[in-house]
Amino acid sequence: MKIPLSWINDYVKIDDIPIDALRQRLDLAGLEVGGIEIIGHTGAELPWDPEKITTAEVLSVRPHPNADRLVLAEVDYGGPEREIAVTGAPSLFARSGETGLHLKVAFAWEGATLYDGHAEGWTQRKLKATKVRGVLSRAMVCSEKELGLAEEQTDIIYLPADTPVGVPLVDVLGDYVLDFDIKGPFGHLQSVFGIAREIAALYDRPLRRAPLEAMGRLGLRAVAQPDFLELVIADPDLCPRYTATMIRGVEIAPSPLWMQMRLRRAGMRPINNIVDITNYVMLELGEPLHAFDYADLNARPDGDQPAIIVRRAAEGEPMTTLDGVPRAFDGEMLLITDGAGPVAVAGVMGGLDSEVADTTRDVLLEAASFNFINTRRTSQTLKLFTESASRFGKRVDSELAAVAAARAAELMADLAGGVIDPVMGDLYPGKPEPRALHFDPALADRLLGVQIPREEQRRILTALEFELAEGADETWAARVPTYRLDVERPVDLVEEIARVWGYDHFPHTLIDEALPPLRRNLSLEEEARVRDLLVGLGLDEVITYSLIDPADEPRLLCRPEDGATSGDAELPGEPVTLLNSLAPERSHMRRTLLPGLLRTAASNLRFLERVAIFEVGHVFYRAAPPDPESGETGVAEPRRVGALITGPREGRWWQAADRAPLDYFDLKGVAEGLLEHLALTDRADWRRGAHPAFHPGRCAEIVVGERVLGVLGEVHPLVREAFALPEQPVVALEWDLDALLDAARAADAEKEVGMISTYPPVYEDLALIVDEATPAIDVQRAIVQAGHPLVTRALLFDVYRGPQVGAGQKSLAFALTYQSPGKALSEKDVEKLRGRVIKKVEKALGAKLRGG
Amino acid sequence: MSLFDDLEQVYQTAQAALEATESVAALESWHADYLGRKGAVTLQTRSVGQLPKEDRPAFGQRVNAIKQALEAAHEARARVHKRAALAATLAAGAVDVTLPGRPVAPGHLHLTTQSLRQLYAIFAQMGFEVYEAPDVELEAYNFDLLNIPAYHPARDMWDTFWVDPSSPSTSEGIEGGDEARLLLRTHTSPGQVRVMRERYPEPIRVILPGKCYRYEQITARSEHQFYQVEGLAVGRDITMTDLIGTIKQFARLFYGPENDVRVRSSYFPFTEPSIEVDTNCTLCGGKGCRICKYTGWIEIAGAGMVHPVVLDNGGYNPAEWSGFAFGFGVERPSLTKYNVADIRYFYGNDLRFLRQF
Repeated sequence: MKIPLSWINDYVKIDDIPIDALRQRLDLAGLEVGGIEIIGHTGAELPWDPEKITTAEVLSVRPHPNADRLVLAEVDYGGPEREIAVTGAPSLFARSGETGLHLKVAFAWEGATLYDGHAEGWTQRKLKATKVRGVLSRAMVCSEKELGLAEEQTDIIYLPADTPVGVPLVDVLGDYVLDFDIKGPFGHLQSVFGIAREIAALYDRPLRRAPLEAMGRLGLRAVAQPDFLELVIADPDLCPRYTATMIRGVEIAPSPLWMQMRLRRAGMRPINNIVDITNYVMLELGEPLHAFDYADLNARPDGDQPAIIVRRAAEGEPMTTLDGVPRAFDGEMLLITDGAGPVAVAGVMGGLDSEVADTTRDVLLEAASFNFINTRRTSQTLKLFTESASRFGKRVDSELAAVAAARAAELMADLAGGVIDPVMGDLYPGKPEPRALHFDPALADRLLGVQIPREEQRRILTALEFELAEGADETWAARVPTYRLDVERPVDLVEEIARVWGYDHFPHTLIDEALPPLRRNLSLEEEARVRDLLVGLGLDEVITYSLIDPADEPRLLCRPEDGATSGDAELPGEPVTLLNSLAPERSHMRRTLLPGLLRTAASNLRFLERVAIFEVGHVFYRAAPPDPESGETGVAEPRRVGALITGPREGRWWQAADRAPLDYFDLKGVAEGLLEHLALTDRADWRRGAHPAFHPGRCAEIVVGERVLGVLGEVHPLVREAFALPEQPVVALEWDLDALLDAARAADAEKEVGMISTYPPVYEDLALIVDEATPAIDVQRAIVQAGHPLVTRALLFDVYRGPQVGAGQKSLAFALTYQSPGKALSEKDVEKLRGRVIKKVEKALGAKLRGG
Repeated sequence: MSLFDDLEQVYQTAQAALEATESVAALESWHADYLGRKGAVTLQTRSVGQLPKEDRPAFGQRVNAIKQALEAAHEARARVHKRAALAATLAAGAVDVTLPGRPVAPGHLHLTTQSLRQLYAIFAQMGFEVYEAPDVELEAYNFDLLNIPAYHPARDMWDTFWVDPSSPSTSEGIEGGDEARLLLRTHTSPGQVRVMRERYPEPIRVILPGKCYRYEQITARSEHQFYQVEGLAVGRDITMTDLIGTIKQFARLFYGPENDVRVRSSYFPFTEPSIEVDTNCTLCGGKGCRICKYTGWIEIAGAGMVHPVVLDNGGYNPAEWSGFAFGFGVERPSLTKYNVADIRYFYGNDLRFLRQF
């Protein structure tokens, strides 16, 4: 909301306060100034030199002796002599030959910096004395464009007739436009007067209330049924008040410069005097107004005068709004109708057919009060966002309607020559009861933690127009001003006291209470540990978007044609999808981390040759209907850990580097590192997995106890292709983090720390021939089991297939370590142990000792 | 020439020859030549029989002394040779120490994770425990219970992603009626009511971190996904000055001991009174720059005293309890601290960006 400071100054004198100090005070009091546009003053994009750009008066205009399109203006600039300015301004050209003029203008001397009025955009240039077709010109009469006040170069600017001559222009037209960024539903702050009222309270200065007092000045009388209109409020729940004021015989014309300038500085486009006045009063007082052309309003079939009927729309009822869009309304939308049909969407926008036009003579001025929730709903449903709807949507005081109507009528009489009907139609079925709050000033002490003296509290509330009466036990009854619709509870008064008193006066303390019972957030600590471990294992952490492309699920499952459904074992539950999304690629909450990792890898591989990443985060699926009673959303949000690696194993280097692509076993190594740190090496079961996202022969399922942790494997070539990844192995894993951490916690609780033996170990290699289908892990486990506890390690170091072992067979070579905690093993001990191991693997797995 | 003289002669020759050895191999042959089984000194012992009986012990002793002396000299000489050989090997083994080391690929924690940890650590010192709440929320928790009823103008402050109540895979859907509308939380504040309902009647001191979502066009300055950390303290006697003090404490720990805070009045539906807290602009130090809009201050938190309606919804009687709440953006401090031009870098996950932290 943009407000020129000069306008505020009409109601509360503040032009003596430095602008920075004012801004600071407003900011701290909750009237946040988002920005300041400086016009003419120091700091403006075009400061107006007070010496060189002044007011002046054009006294006469005569033709240029040597040019057809130029004239010579005789100007009184307040100096001892008259100055002749050469100009081509259309309005002066039209007056060529006239004398005895008194045209107040903006006048610039040589040396002044102005915008070039004839150049595209904004080009500053310094005014130089030149001879124009033989006549010396040292000064010029300025246009709005040249002063930076308008984008279009039209005519010169004319100042009000009472403007003094020879004063700096900046004192007349200079300004600061404050752009207020007021959060919250504060109808009373949506106007120049409202802001002025706040400033008056903040600075303890008098407030000029004249704009509120037009009713009395005009001697207007409010009646429910005026003789020029039949007034009906059919739905008083949505329309607590409707006033109609009649202004006859107006002359439609442009509004005066000062009004146009204020409207423009406030960000509105001037249209004509009647429309401008409704906008001006809306900006001034915060009450949206609507002007109907009285001649366009129809009577009811049985009536003898035009009617205004405020009612809910019939379902689907049509009307074309001012913006030329035909619209249909639903049964909850409030319409202003006449005897024939709708003429406006209440509080939102007028209808095209009853708009004020150049031919309008009699204006019916609407000032009403509408239910703010309903107005907002209508505005949002129709996607019709207007200044009016925005203000009504922030709650407007119903008392303001008649006040604003009178103010606008007064301006229409003054500026458009209208005659005001002394009777105002005013139906007010929803007049609110006066409100008073029982306020105990001790509440302020209790909540604020600082003692603001009672007298100060009283002064602040009184300045904000709360009327205080003494209650029992040093409490007050605070009568709430009608416009303070935001004030509902005593605590709201505490805020008023605090913000006006000033938070900069508050001391700083720390909570002086016993700590609540402390709890440890173990799950968060463990999650942090997993992140640290994976970082330690060389992976970069990423955090991807929770919202993904729903098509990424079928892509991941290798069946883009069929789509993913809740029947897919890999994707649990129902997906959480959005009703409103920014883009299809962000319309679906992820049920798996893999698409995010695959997309992150693909985008990074454009710039990097090697990507090794992980993510720890939630996935989302609907598991049950929501239950508002218990607060259950019905959405499961389990934590997962995912990882992905691809690219060469080592970066290029000046010595030989291992440039082979990272493969299944690289990521398995990382996974094993993680499991090792979590004491899960012996508990984790690696099985052949079957997940459609992975290479069918290079996918493992990892199980701890009864729980499946998840999968690890080389991404299926088709999936790789679907995610636009290059043709190189991409290996990924996705595990259930909660399952992993539960297992780790159990493992830690049951951990048995083995003694460290000091007796010499015996090392021995053993090659075993087994069926191709026998998993290496089974052989390894059988060895360890058979040799327990003396076989302390069985490390697989070679896998051989070939003629020496025969078709369908493989040789697995293990490096064994025998060691006893209690003695040095003898040759005989080792022999016995070896025998036991071999017998076990022969019996359990049909293994044969190679070369045995 | 007596045998004694011969012996001394051999000794001197041996010493001279030892001095002349230039290599380990020469040294070994010297040893064979003089101290080996047929070495010159060894052979001297054989001539002992030619001496008169009384001279024999003296001769024997002298031979042994010479042998020992030569062995010792040999060892010393050998050490010199080994040193020299080692020095030569080392010299030959010199590398260009400026050559790059073998590349290891160290992992990095995401910038947001690092920021969150800093916040956790600072608030842990002040007794705030981390409490986590869901990302997908009931409308009631995100809005109504926080004193933001439907269509209330305050809702304009949050552009919301709404969850489709129908089910894509079955015809029946999993609707629970209008009261059960789901959305993606627009802020971490829903956790306030959740933690209050869970902990009543204990006093509370928690921070609520998490991902939040807003239906906003994605630009360099706004993202549809971001992190917040919310703080909540509920007790018998919690005050606005406590709130301001707590945030000031935080600002000093997070931004540096010289940092100050400035408190402005503001509006949030779930706090009353509401404030916003600024700290000295981290970029210009308060002198005024583009980032702080030339005010010298940057906003770090929205905060306030928990609204009585919210306390009540959490089960705490506002006549007996009071509380404060505050909320921080997690990305914002990094954005200003490192002058990051584009918030999309955070979750775009360009590793070239993330590896800088």
